[in-house]
Amino acid sequence: MLAFFVTAIGAFFFYLLLTFGSGTIVAWSLEEWISGAVLSLIVGAIAGRVAFNRKKEGRKSSLRMLNPLRWLLFLVYLIGPFLWAMAKANLDVAYRVITGKIRPGIVRLSPGLSTDFGTTLLANSITLTPGTLTVDVDEESGDLFVHWINVRDTDPSAEAVCGSFVDWARRIAE
Amino acid sequence: MSILLYVLLGIGVLFNGLGAIALVRFPDVYTRLHGATKCTTFGSLFTALGVIVYGFARGGAQYNTLAIHVIIALIALLVTNPTGSHAIARAAYRSGVKPKGAVVDKLEDRS
Repeated sequence: MLAFFVTAIGAFFFYLLLTFGSGTIVAWSLEEWISGAVLSLIVGAIAGRVAFNRKKEGRKSSLRMLNPLRWLLFLVYLIGPFLWAMAKANLDVAYRVITGKIRPGIVRLSPGLSTDFGTTLLANSITLTPGTLTVDVDEESGDLFVHWINVRDTDPSAEAVCGSFVDWARRIAE
Repeated sequence: MSILLYVLLGIGVLFNGLGAIALVRFPDVYTRLHGATKCTTFGSLFTALGVIVYGFARGGAQYNTLAIHVIIALIALLVTNPTGSHAIARAAYRSGVKPKGAVVDKLEDRS
């Protein structure tokens, strides 16, 4: 029930952001208020269970992400280390596009994260950064299967592949 | 002002172009996804930044709204692009496409 309301309120907030300045009630027209409320209730009913899953065996609930401090950390991470790694990734891929030097393979990482949000965050960060692409995830242990474009070590630690991302994901989500 | 916009758009187009070249140069679906996701996300980030800068610099309710909408689109892009490529890679592996020239394949033992 809590997941439903949180998702609905989040969706409503985004709807208001998109339709800002459409009327005179605060800054929105009556039509936008009504259609926004109806749509976000529908979104909450459909997506609430997916966005905030119930507590599973050995996994922590995603509702802990409601803490605004975590979002602040997330923003810092996004603008700082993530953007920097992404710029490096692109130069790296550009280099490989031009020279054609690749040594691909799929490796297994055990980041040891216990929330779904953290695993998703790490998987997406890995996909967008140096020469790595998440292919699959083992949902029980949270292990990631990563396609690495330039394999240096066939059985690497999580830090060897994605640097400080594991620490950041842990700091933000756990 | 317009020089800054041209630089932003130029970087964006350059990386999007590299992504397109990567599709041709790389040997299989996984390596091609590398180029397609990273380069297009980074390139689109810069073209979007160009629009945001233009929107806020031009000012006025209409252009500010434009800039805010592009920021939201940028967030959506950053979230959906890696998720989508992850889905493609996973579907490719499940339907039996092996990574070409791979030195190691840890997924093989699992399935």
